[in-house]
Amino acid sequence: MTETRRGMTCKELVELVTAYFENALPDAERARFERHLSDCEGCTAYIQQMRQTIRLVGRLAEDDLSLEASEALLHAFRDWKQS
Amino acid sequence: MALTDRPLTAPSADEQAQIEALRRGDEDAFMALVEKYHASLVRVAGLFVHDQPTAEEVAQETWLAVLRGLDRFEGRSTLKTWIFSILTNLAKTRARRDGRSLPFSALADDSEDEPAVDPDRFNPPDHATFAGHWSVEPRPWEDLPEDAALGGELRRVIREAIEALPPAQRMVISLRDIEGWGAAEVCNALGISETNQRVLLHRARSRVRNALERYLNPELSNK
Repeated sequence: MTETRRGMTCKELVELVTAYFENALPDAERARFERHLSDCEGCTAYIQQMRQTIRLVGRLAEDDLSLEASEALLHAFRDWKQS
Repeated sequence: MALTDRPLTAPSADEQAQIEALRRGDEDAFMALVEKYHASLVRVAGLFVHDQPTAEEVAQETWLAVLRGLDRFEGRSTLKTWIFSILTNLAKTRARRDGRSLPFSALADDSEDEPAVDPDRFNPPDHATFAGHWSVEPRPWEDLPEDAALGGELRRVIREAIEALPPAQRMVISLRDIEGWGAAEVCNALGISETNQRVLLHRARSRVRNALERYLNPELSNK
């Protein structure tokens, strides 16, 4: 069955990106989304930017365990063992 | 990133081995667990209590509670889920005690519209041929750090963008995209619906992308 509704605009697409990444778009809407994407460099760049944003945000998880924290916890563990 | 991901409902084989080692008083096992989760515990605590020393305290209290509670842990969730649920309970209690609670209205309030992108970046509805299309297209970002450590300026831009977020948005993007929690875990921890969580995540990610774009493509901003 051919989808005859008006194609998605860029303005609509950017509001659906998160739902798209979460696999939460209904099938028909997802099809419209992907159809638009296949034909739109601007939105393709936007999606790429969003993926990169998510990846870069994830890089903030690179904290080290401080020596003080590590030693405090080791002491706490030894105390617990003896209790 | 499936929406319907559910937390595993029992410890994995690895976790089971860790639990048994802890119960035996195995110091190396404990320190390995600490190495794995402590930094994340501090960051998550920091989402609730808002200052580093307190976040560190809450994380340390969590480990004590974990050790004391080991005998009672029935394995009805993963070890990780259990540890983090202890943490969020302690953090929320501490935040309430210190008068820094996140009001639930802040988590639920998504009634105001917040476009993902400045409307000026799109053609108006009465545009002859391409209504709603980009008027100024985004540029692909090239040469961003891949595997190398996330360097100074870029890291600062992202960190500042996240810290500038409204509390509920900051909470959700931190738990999802920094700590890597699934949608269901975040909804459980914060007591919000999937839809609510998605709206908050959407807005947060959009704001951070905007901040990155202002930094990487300043020529596109007219502010």
